[in-house]
Amino acid sequence: MKLRKLTALVATTALCAPMAFAADMADEMTIVSWGGAYSNSQIKAYNEPYAEKTGVKIINDESSAEAVAKLRAMDEAGNVTWDVVDVVAADAMRLCDEGLAMEIDPDEHLAPAPDGTSAEEDFGDLLVSDCFIPQIVYSTTFGYRTDLVGDTAPTSVCDVFDLEAYPGKRALEKRPINNMEWALLCDGVAKEEVYDVLETEEGQERALAKLDTIKDNVIWWSAGADTPQLLADGEVVMGSTYNGRLFSVIEEQDQPVAMLWDAQVFDLDGWIIPAGLSDERKARALDYIYFATDTQRLADQAKYISYGPARASSAPLVGQHAELGIDMAPHMPTDPENATNTFLYNYSFWADYRDDIDAKFQAWLAK
Amino acid sequence: MALTPVQNQTPAFTAAVAACAGGFFGLFVGTAQGSGLLGLVIGAVLLGAMGFAFTHMLDQQKPIRWATTAIFGVLGFLFGGLPAAVLGLLFGWFAGWFTFWLATSSYRKRLPPYLTPGQVLWHFSFRVICGAIFVFLITPILVVMPLSFNAENFFTFTPEMLRFDPEGYSLRHYRDFFTNDDWQQALWNSLSIAPMATLLSVSFGTLAAIGLSQPHVPFRRAIMAVLISPMIVPLIISAAGMYFFYSRIGLQGTYFGVVLAHAALGIPFVIITVTATLVGFDRSLTRAAANMGAGPITTFFRIQMPLILPGVISGGLFAFITSFDEVVVVLFVGSAGQKTLPWQMFTGLREQISPTILAVATILVGISICLLTTVEFLRRRSERLRGMSPS
Repeated sequence: MKLRKLTALVATTALCAPMAFAADMADEMTIVSWGGAYSNSQIKAYNEPYAEKTGVKIINDESSAEAVAKLRAMDEAGNVTWDVVDVVAADAMRLCDEGLAMEIDPDEHLAPAPDGTSAEEDFGDLLVSDCFIPQIVYSTTFGYRTDLVGDTAPTSVCDVFDLEAYPGKRALEKRPINNMEWALLCDGVAKEEVYDVLETEEGQERALAKLDTIKDNVIWWSAGADTPQLLADGEVVMGSTYNGRLFSVIEEQDQPVAMLWDAQVFDLDGWIIPAGLSDERKARALDYIYFATDTQRLADQAKYISYGPARASSAPLVGQHAELGIDMAPHMPTDPENATNTFLYNYSFWADYRDDIDAKFQAWLAK
Repeated sequence: MALTPVQNQTPAFTAAVAACAGGFFGLFVGTAQGSGLLGLVIGAVLLGAMGFAFTHMLDQQKPIRWATTAIFGVLGFLFGGLPAAVLGLLFGWFAGWFTFWLATSSYRKRLPPYLTPGQVLWHFSFRVICGAIFVFLITPILVVMPLSFNAENFFTFTPEMLRFDPEGYSLRHYRDFFTNDDWQQALWNSLSIAPMATLLSVSFGTLAAIGLSQPHVPFRRAIMAVLISPMIVPLIISAAGMYFFYSRIGLQGTYFGVVLAHAALGIPFVIITVTATLVGFDRSLTRAAANMGAGPITTFFRIQMPLILPGVISGGLFAFITSFDEVVVVLFVGSAGQKTLPWQMFTGLREQISPTILAVATILVGISICLLTTVEFLRRRSERLRGMSPS
């Protein structure tokens, strides 16, 4: 009899334990981001002030790279453990389509600009999806070793394809996006027509043929940290990566590297809130988002990393680097000096053609 | 010590064998410099010529060897500064020793006289192959260690490091590890998960092993196979399965979830080591204890446990290392609150190649070496106690 009572007690405790965990979640939240210097800038600009203001315990997860897959798994397992997730715009669109992210009403859920402009107007065109709260504009561009390129530094993206003037290895991302556009551009296609050409079978062949000319000299990267490492090693002469990484290599790590802003490709990164959170957690996540995407906070982030704030009203507030004390504005991808020739990541094109071109690109890589 | 009387070799033989060895080294050096073939030819010609020449000057062994060492050292210095000079000295010393070793037939002295030339060749080839395997296994680990003292933030041997300039080295990555909250939290998580998982693995694994070693237990083999399966099933499969199962019962993302998952992975190691120790365990001892009035529990703790303890401890150490080094399962079963050291290293390596990872790796290699030394020490002790080894 005694034993049976004990068993019952143990069983009830075991059953209650998970509920107990769920109940005190509200003053704790998990924020998912990319790690490295980028997470660091968010922690400094958003998380620390927010924790100080509200007393919430913030857990930082660095899983943004596999956010889509993990959110799918969480949804299937019926156990969403993330509260706010940092993803690129393309991923946000996918998550939104699959119903894995919550839809946001900018004017209700986001702070207006200090002068009273509504959030919808302040973010403007950058609100590319109903679930996506833009945070930064970043760009994928080239960096080159100043000591390995000879007397004339490269000035055009087509110098990447010029093995005679700039012999040596190049680092390119292991995916068709951006590479195909650059290849066509340097094969004589006008900038406005790049996507019209890339739609066609011949156009795709043409881009791959152009890439073929440098294929033997390419090191393919897949993580943002690869190109900075390869540049620092002198293993590559030039390589594409995110502009913030190059900023860190040049200004913070003092490496002999310079930026080639020509034909940089803008992309957006921002927050989503997973669908299916409990009311308490959803309220907490929305509160965080409201705080972290206001005009001042977005401008603050630019003190730690050279990505452009997504709000128009934040731009004038961008100041100096928190440690180096240099002006950040000239390092922003959106600075007029740097933005003379730019692309914007074409979401609709790549949503339609990504699978197809990906397959061709992978087959070409394996050849 | 000479087993076989020897006489000096002909210049042709020495030159040919030395050329082969030179070609072998030249291939590696040449490949590293961009042209394997050129390296092979240069190496072969160089050592071949040395072999041929030295056979004629056998009475001058000492001065010639010193000279070779010095010449290679100077050549290395001219080519690539201090580090190359050290390599040059080493290679020069080896080349001098090797040619005379061949020319004077010293290699034959210690082998039995009845061996055919083929057997002699195999005797040394076997050693070279073993050495090569050892080098390929150990070099990647050794390369990491000096890099962890890099003063820069990249995985790069900087020119300062290659010059052995103290400026090029620093402990900043070790400092980062010990002061950075992320790393400290990860270390703390690992240190609180691994011992708990080990405790569970050891208790369950030992009990299972003892039970399964009783001859009268039905379906012994089948049960054993199920218990060992986490070791055989691909980790990613176990991890995905655990993820969905633990999510349903509310254990996903909790400390106990991760501990349980790691315990399941560690149990096979404990079962295997304890079963192996039980093979040498004399069952009549437990019967004797029972005969003298000891209950099963007393018998276990007073008689059986002390005798199988080495197996239990080494199984426990394996279980500890499994949990401590594990990254796949914790990525699924844990949440960011249970981020362990390997997890932190994994994300760090992907998102930001920072030598702090190398510093941690060096520390972990040190810990692993200590643990494995302990295991080996215990194993020897257990063998000695059971009289399996005469020492």
